[in-house]
Amino acid sequence: MSAMKTTNVEVRLPSRMGFEKVAMSTAASVAKLMGFRDDRVEDLKTAVAEACINAIEHGNRLNEKLSVGVVLSAGEDSLEVKVIDDGKGMRKQPVKPDIDRKMHGEEDPRGMGMFLIQALVDEAEWVAGSNGKSSYVRLVIRLDKEQG
Amino acid sequence: MQTETKSHVDQLTSPAGHPVTVLRFEGDIASTSKDAVLGTYQSLSKTTTKLILLDFTKVDYINSSGIALVIQLLIEASNAGQKVYAFGLSAHFTKVFTMVGITKYAGLFPDQGAALAAL
Repeated sequence: MSAMKTTNVEVRLPSRMGFEKVAMSTAASVAKLMGFRDDRVEDLKTAVAEACINAIEHGNRLNEKLSVGVVLSAGEDSLEVKVIDDGKGMRKQPVKPDIDRKMHGEEDPRGMGMFLIQALVDEAEWVAGSNGKSSYVRLVIRLDKEQG
Repeated sequence: MQTETKSHVDQLTSPAGHPVTVLRFEGDIASTSKDAVLGTYQSLSKTTTKLILLDFTKVDYINSSGIALVIQLLIEASNAGQKVYAFGLSAHFTKVFTMVGITKYAGLFPDQGAALAAL
């Protein structure tokens, strides 16, 4: 993949739990081709999986008539991933989980997906679709100079 | 699409002579793993089981729903006065467990030998 400007790879997933692993594997393959270190590939896999799970579960509400779009754009020194669903978009911002509150039943044990996404990639933004559809999360992971 | 989670229980004794119950997981740990994670834990006797080791050596994929199941197990164990430790996580999932704070309530060890030696 030398002399690469931007190369796009697109995947469409059914809104069924488990299919996030297809996007995860595809993102890992692209990241490896770009020369990302193994630990960054693992970060990306988890972030992409969590983004797809949110899209399947919260965006498309597990409606198998709807699909989740995953668009990977490989640039010279970064990989952008957009995960698109037919929901209204995430209104809340990622919140760092409070393990003490979870252990004491004051916070839902779940609800860590957005936090993990934001913590594991270099950029993450949640964008609501203009007409209440086609909302997406956009992730960017950058090649470190020493690994490029 | 998700690999079924398998689990089984082993009873061991630590070098210090403490009985230790090991829950060994295999496959994915996700929202579909409730029976394998919580069900297996809940099948243990709360009166005789005091030290629990979670073995993730054969787990390839853990998502946030799977982490939530582990936290639910930790809550139940804490309420029962049991101590929980884990081993066999990859470097990545060791980082993820640390990020979400699980290490405050479950010590992580690289392998079974290191975990048993510490108990």
